[in-house]
Amino acid sequence: MKTRIAVFVLLIVALMVTACQAGGGGTIKVAVLAPMSGQVSTFGISTNNGVQLAVEEWNAKGGINGKKIETVVADSQCSADPAVNAANKVIQEDKVKFIIGEVCSSASIPVSEIAEANQVVQISPTSTNPQVTLNKDGSTKKYVFRACFIDPFQGTVMAKYALDKGYKTAFIMFDQGNDYVRGLAEYFEKAFTEAGGKVVGKESYTKTDTDFSAILTKVAESKAEVLFLPDYYPIVNLVGAQAKEKGVTAVMMGGDGWDSADLDLKAADGGFFSNHYSPEDPRPIVQSWVANYQKKYNAVPDALATLGYDAANLLFAAIQKAGTDDPTKVAEALASLEYEAVSGKITFDAQHNPVKNAVVLSVKDGKVSFSASVAP
Amino acid sequence: MNRSEPIRKAPSFLESLVQRRTLGYLLLGLVLLVAIWRLGNALLENPSLFLQQVTNGLQIGFVYALIALGYTMVYGIVRLINFAHGDVFMVGAFTSFYAISRIQLHLWTRALFPDLNPFIADVIGTISVVLLSMAVCALLAVTIERVAYKPLRNAPRISALITAIGVSFFLEYFGALNFVYTANYITYRRPFDVITWVIGDQGVQVLQKGQEVPAGAIIFSNISFIIIVVSIILLVLLQYFVKNTRTGKAMRATAYDRQTARLMGVDVDATISTTFAIGAALAGAAGVLYAIAYPQVVFWMGIIPGLKAFVAAVLGGIGSIPGAVVGALILGQAETLSAAYISTPMRDAIAFSILIIVLLVRPTGIFGEAQREKA
Amino acid sequence: MKHISRTTLIFLGSIVTFTLVVQVLISLGVLSPFWNTILRQGAVMAIVGLGLNLIYGFNGQFSLGQWGFYAIGAYSAADITYRWTNDANSNGLTVLFFTILLVGASILILYRVFGKIRGVDPLSAFAIYLIAAVGLTALAVSIGNLTAPAVNAILKALPTNIANTLVYLLAVIIGGILAAEVSFLFGLPVLTLGSDYFGIATLGFTIIVKVLLDNSDVMFGFVEMKGARGMIGIPKLTSWIWVMLFLILVIVITRNLLHSSYGRAIISVREDEIAAKAMGIDIGHYKTLTFVLGCLFAGLAGGLYAHINGFLHPDSFNFIKSFDPMIIVVFGGLGSVTGTVFAAFAWQLVLEGILRSILPPGFETWRYVVYPLLLLVMMLLKPNGLFGNYEIPYLRQVLPPLKKPATETQTPAAKESL
Repeated sequence: MKTRIAVFVLLIVALMVTACQAGGGGTIKVAVLAPMSGQVSTFGISTNNGVQLAVEEWNAKGGINGKKIETVVADSQCSADPAVNAANKVIQEDKVKFIIGEVCSSASIPVSEIAEANQVVQISPTSTNPQVTLNKDGSTKKYVFRACFIDPFQGTVMAKYALDKGYKTAFIMFDQGNDYVRGLAEYFEKAFTEAGGKVVGKESYTKTDTDFSAILTKVAESKAEVLFLPDYYPIVNLVGAQAKEKGVTAVMMGGDGWDSADLDLKAADGGFFSNHYSPEDPRPIVQSWVANYQKKYNAVPDALATLGYDAANLLFAAIQKAGTDDPTKVAEALASLEYEAVSGKITFDAQHNPVKNAVVLSVKDGKVSFSASVAP
Repeated sequence: MNRSEPIRKAPSFLESLVQRRTLGYLLLGLVLLVAIWRLGNALLENPSLFLQQVTNGLQIGFVYALIALGYTMVYGIVRLINFAHGDVFMVGAFTSFYAISRIQLHLWTRALFPDLNPFIADVIGTISVVLLSMAVCALLAVTIERVAYKPLRNAPRISALITAIGVSFFLEYFGALNFVYTANYITYRRPFDVITWVIGDQGVQVLQKGQEVPAGAIIFSNISFIIIVVSIILLVLLQYFVKNTRTGKAMRATAYDRQTARLMGVDVDATISTTFAIGAALAGAAGVLYAIAYPQVVFWMGIIPGLKAFVAAVLGGIGSIPGAVVGALILGQAETLSAAYISTPMRDAIAFSILIIVLLVRPTGIFGEAQREKA
Repeated sequence: MKHISRTTLIFLGSIVTFTLVVQVLISLGVLSPFWNTILRQGAVMAIVGLGLNLIYGFNGQFSLGQWGFYAIGAYSAADITYRWTNDANSNGLTVLFFTILLVGASILILYRVFGKIRGVDPLSAFAIYLIAAVGLTALAVSIGNLTAPAVNAILKALPTNIANTLVYLLAVIIGGILAAEVSFLFGLPVLTLGSDYFGIATLGFTIIVKVLLDNSDVMFGFVEMKGARGMIGIPKLTSWIWVMLFLILVIVITRNLLHSSYGRAIISVREDEIAAKAMGIDIGHYKTLTFVLGCLFAGLAGGLYAHINGFLHPDSFNFIKSFDPMIIVVFGGLGSVTGTVFAAFAWQLVLEGILRSILPPGFETWRYVVYPLLLLVMMLLKPNGLFGNYEIPYLRQVLPPLKKPATETQTPAAKESL
């Protein structure tokens, strides 16, 4: 019985302690919602690294309009329930007015509804589902933005590029549970078939799959010239390594999810992918970003870190432009912002999606190099 | 018998329908028929492709078999579903990753004996990596058993199960911390290069890079070969160990009746620890083989293979060693063939439907003995 | 009318007071939406946990399938309210209503018929049930679509608020009953399996449901469910009062069931199946009854859960999360209703609330390191759960417990644990 009472008292005390934490004064508080635990925590950690670097740089410059930036990181696990709890916690308990996150669309959608209802500005670095910035009646959510491409553009770019290279047949592999991958696959197929190419096969898989031998055997059998795999690098690494073993000769192509220091260059050898920027890009912001990131985290930034950094910079620039930390004004400033980010010059369209250029990069002999540039 | 009426009147149609299994089997038979029709069509349409898919299934099936043995042995002896087993498998994969990329254990023969045949050097190097992983996993499993499961041996079985889930979470998320393995997807360096052979009209040839597979040929990589050979060696060793050695006999005795085994002078605690160690060592070997085949390691990689292997163990009859192997091979085929010919997104659903159907027909799995009453 | 005992009054009084006090705190803004959501999730978990406790704690059936039935309840209830609030169409409601009505009736009738036959083979019976259910569902779809316009007109005549709430309540209840009927069909053959095999078959069920939900849009034509991309646009109607109302209902049903002769039969099956059989107890009947009832609770909880966040994603129903109810039930104490309810709230508060708040910045990744450690320490210190088989007086059996005497029933410290 004693333990029972002790546990109960402990719970109550903890409740009171946590309920009494108050917010700060002369700072701007920004919440980062990202999966810090769970299967995709590596994406969350990268995103958070990017955001933290941006915060450091702004604080070193004296903050925004003289106010220092302070971040609150909350673990949202890429999943609806923890994300809702995390969003409620940072809004209600930490009193933040700005949220950077979530990484996954499945978590960003419920968070965006909370952000909209509480008039908190949310900018998601990587959630590509159109519903993140849209209400269910199709109107744009006033307070919600994203820093990444939505799918149509990249899929079209890669389809054109494949046809330009003279490839006529393609096999598409996509993760059925990922909007980003599905969208890219859909638009690739549309653009590719409209311009005279032929999609000879389409297979879906789930994000926890590791054994792709059954699908890859089909790819080899179909004799496709292109294997379009617009997923993130972990899947690309696995598929690439197994494809060689299964006698697949198709050229692999993909989207910006490939962009990572952890992309297995041997497995993806001979492949092409679209991206927002090339690491060889001479623009100073790109060079300083890569150098600073390497200095701080001892790693090359991946797409998630880059987009996290861009999302944070966009938000801070908008706060600076608005001259106040009133979320409504900041949201308005963000909507009309024009900003030179790492991933190119960004403006927002009417649905709060960024408009930016794309480049095609090639993976060859252990190096990623620039191949072509495409304007929207 | 002085009653004039028969004791039971003749059964009605409904009664005879419901009392017999016929209708149930008819339903299952219908499902089976559809599957056989699909697969038969595929076989006739393109026999070499079908055979290729079967080879693919064999590879994953043997990896499952190695993991499934750990589940089945532990369950047989302490009646515990050891959910942490999949994470022991993950630790095995990570151990080999560090052995290969940090201390280059697979190259030690080359460093010491430079004029050794490179093939033999590779073989010895790979074997030493596998042995190291097996040892680390065995040690880990014994520690887990002593710390987490042994104190609960007389508690309700469910407490040990929840503890196993706790250990599983802990191994995963502790591993995900930055000073352990980090949460990243890490590309695994294979200790040897992949060679793919083409088996076709022109006999066996090495597939060159960029070369297309000729029609009607089957390809087979050295990875599949190694997985199958290593698995079979380990399975034979295990079978010999359990059937013929003193410890093996003690294990079987403990599994049959712990109290009586104790009375007969078997050191039950030591036997249980040994069982955990052997099961974990096999999982460690499986971890290395899995990472070689699917060259990526990440902290949660043990969950799905662990679950599948567990299903395989149940399918074969949990507690039975040959059952685990057969179950795993069936599961490997079921997964690959359903991905290839029925529906890729539905393959997990198909694998589990097979499990449920097998359990309905044989309630204790294919090789399972009829359940004894609780001791 | 019978005399209402003092313990009943105390119990109902205190739980209603607790509900109202929390509601007042929520209305005053003392409890922010953060804590409000966590409390509601805690209550939902308590309902799922009570269902599982009934199945596992009181009847001894090791079920890992609660999460699958929870998912069925959540998605079917969500589909009904989604169609009503977004398309102003009640066909989801009518179709599912007639489905549960017709299938339920056929199950009841067939169950009675089969009850008179000795030595029914469960698999063959299952085949008959299945054929009946599939046929009647097809019939229900057409009846439902025919009657939908009329129901639309009636609902539109009502004030919007009342119509929405009515649809919501019906959706939750229909979701629960649907889960119960599915559990009957699934449980019929599977309940014949031995305890661990039953657990594994139910785990398989959870995984199958998850895979089906992943493919709900492409393969099964439920476009609004959006498959593995997550269902949005479900109205957020589950308030603290509603969820507590269902929780109290479930507690009272569980208590009354357990205190009846049914309850004693259910517990006797757990204690010793052979002895129970010898006493003339129809084991199969009681196993089915408990399983269906437990799954009904899971389905109800699912419907309530769907309307908390207004968003459903198949990943929320994956098999790793299906251990959560089991953890809660064991944590609270198997066969203790008090323990389950307490543990559900405590688990939710600790994992989502307190661990989130007390971990210092930079240690966000540690939440799931601390949680399993807590679990391990808990299990090693108290292998029988926090409450063992202790119950507050209202829930305590009038008869002495059957197996071992509870050690802590004498302590009068019952009230503070609620």
